[in-house]
Amino acid sequence: MKIHEFQAKQLLRKAGVAVLDGEVAETPAAAAAAFQKLGGSLAVVKAQIHAGGRGKGTVKEHPQQRGVELVRSAVQAEAVAKNLLGNKLVTIQTGPEGQTVRRVFVEAGCQIARELYLGCVLDRAVARPVLMVSSEGGVEIEKVAAETPEKIFKEHFDAHVGLLPFQVRKLCQKLALTGNSVRSAEKFMRTLCRVFVSHDCSMLEINPLVVTQAGDLVALDAKMTFDDNALFRHPDLQELRDLSEEEPAEVRAGEAGLSYVKLEGNIGCLVNGAGLAMSTMDIIKYHGGQPANFLDVGGGANAKQVTEAFRILLSDPNVKGVLVNIFGGIMRCTTIAEALVEAYKTVGFSVPLVVRLEGTEVEQGRKILKESGVNIIAADGLTDAAKKIVAAVGI
Amino acid sequence: MSILVNKNTRVICQGITGKVGEFHTKGCKEYGTQMVGGVTPGKRGETVQGLPVFDTVIEAVEQTGADATMIFVPPAFTADAILEALDAGIKTIVAVTEGVPVVDMIHVYEKIRASDSVLIGPNCPGVITPGECKIGIMPGYIHQRGKCGIMSRSGTLTYEAVWQTSNLGLGQTTCVGLGGDPIVGTSFIDLLRRFQDDPETEAIMMIGEIGGSAEEEAARFVKQYVTKPVAAFIAGRTAPPGKRMGHAGAIISGGKGTAAEKVAALMDAGIEVADSPADMGVAMQRAIANKR
Repeated sequence: MKIHEFQAKQLLRKAGVAVLDGEVAETPAAAAAAFQKLGGSLAVVKAQIHAGGRGKGTVKEHPQQRGVELVRSAVQAEAVAKNLLGNKLVTIQTGPEGQTVRRVFVEAGCQIARELYLGCVLDRAVARPVLMVSSEGGVEIEKVAAETPEKIFKEHFDAHVGLLPFQVRKLCQKLALTGNSVRSAEKFMRTLCRVFVSHDCSMLEINPLVVTQAGDLVALDAKMTFDDNALFRHPDLQELRDLSEEEPAEVRAGEAGLSYVKLEGNIGCLVNGAGLAMSTMDIIKYHGGQPANFLDVGGGANAKQVTEAFRILLSDPNVKGVLVNIFGGIMRCTTIAEALVEAYKTVGFSVPLVVRLEGTEVEQGRKILKESGVNIIAADGLTDAAKKIVAAVGI
Repeated sequence: MSILVNKNTRVICQGITGKVGEFHTKGCKEYGTQMVGGVTPGKRGETVQGLPVFDTVIEAVEQTGADATMIFVPPAFTADAILEALDAGIKTIVAVTEGVPVVDMIHVYEKIRASDSVLIGPNCPGVITPGECKIGIMPGYIHQRGKCGIMSRSGTLTYEAVWQTSNLGLGQTTCVGLGGDPIVGTSFIDLLRRFQDDPETEAIMMIGEIGGSAEEEAARFVKQYVTKPVAAFIAGRTAPPGKRMGHAGAIISGGKGTAAEKVAALMDAGIEVADSPADMGVAMQRAIANKR
């Protein structure tokens, strides 16, 4: 689960990580009031959307307007907020259609001496969390990693003990931080690593992490994502979810216990198991078709879930045919066959449906489909299924 | 021979009184696995599928001589269930449960790696030695005893590979689903080592997917140490970056973990890579023919 920058900063502030003062605004007037409340001679107005690259992104309706802008008066803050709010911000991460800005964050400015990068993720290769820092702040870390990997410094830490003081000193040396900044870094980095574990983060990124002219470390941006599997123990974090930032069909699928990702093609896929679902997309493409989605109905899907899965697939106007690929293990073929028949009747199918069944109770499953009288193109094996659906949608 | 499990393996099910636990206990028993009992805290004295239920794993081990377990408890309790099995001296721990928090697994992983027990999963279909022992949720009938060792990060895609090798008459020695999570107990390398040392296994099939770097690490290991023919398939060639494809581990992030990178590493190690998921068995045949 992703959250907004202002929400991440509220969490960090609560945990004791240094962030700047700021106010969330949903109207231009509120943005002006926020500027005045902050009381400084300058502030930064930042669009709040769940996508990165906001500083370089532009507003579709006002191409001169960037997603992040320095302002020097309440009037200016109001004007920038007016350009952003309700309009679509296009960044490298949003796609060309952009994402609607519903809130801005008005944040106090600070005297920046240096910009650094700091990120915390799980290093899967060693099954431990790792803190990464770089002297190259404010730029895309992927670019640094690809072009100048020697400028990224890493320290793995124990999830329970946390980052140790000597590890901070090692990193400070690499970053050429001295004096007061080392003390500031110790608190900043150790607290951040603690937050990463205690909040079940899958990613915690501060880019840029600034060193102020006074030598203090402050989080200028904050990106936080959480392990969905751990949300059950964080009711407070669940409340931070902003459904308006997510693809509606994906939200609907999530509520039904399905894993769905919308893609650009026209062949809807309904598969059990993530690996097989990915491979089904792959084989459709291999035979010249374009998958419209990834959809994993999981291990224990029931008739209701399969019906909902069909509804979601067919609600995409691009879908010109559906391929069902089931290799039953935990999922019985009879369950899926009954669900298919019921769903076919209730949802109202107008596009070709190719079904490939294999696995637990497959014979009974095939029999159910055959005797149902439902108009299904039966497929024998993966290649046959892919060829039949590609032919049926007529590419 | 085989790896990890055989006809002498004695298996309990943690979470046996749940609907799913009972269904698959029955399935394993019918397949011929020596199921000897089950554990559900608070349900001691009950019987499920004719098997005694215990409150704790240690009691189940003492009473039944179990040396393997199949875990079906809910995700919030899975880490605890794995550690309980480890504490009771269980040697082969199979965690089928999906949705275990990553932070829980960091701790479990450290404990498992420091022990001589093996953890398969979580979020996996399990392990099977055809004709001898099935621990997990895979449909037994698709398997056929033969010469391929199969290992995979995905469940249903493993069935696909098994089915293809059975239909081609290659068969399997042991099939292991490693699990689709970012942290799982056993790696491709752990199994490559075991398959390489197993005299019955003549060839090895590896089924990977996008995300992480497990396939690249395995490819390096194969290049250095594995003399048996190896075939592979990588799922997710068409997956867009930044989108999680069902498995918590299957995500291309920061331009890393793409299928193209993985395929290149595998080919560099002399591994026969299937282009289509329908050709995994054929790729295995090619790999075997090439080594001759």
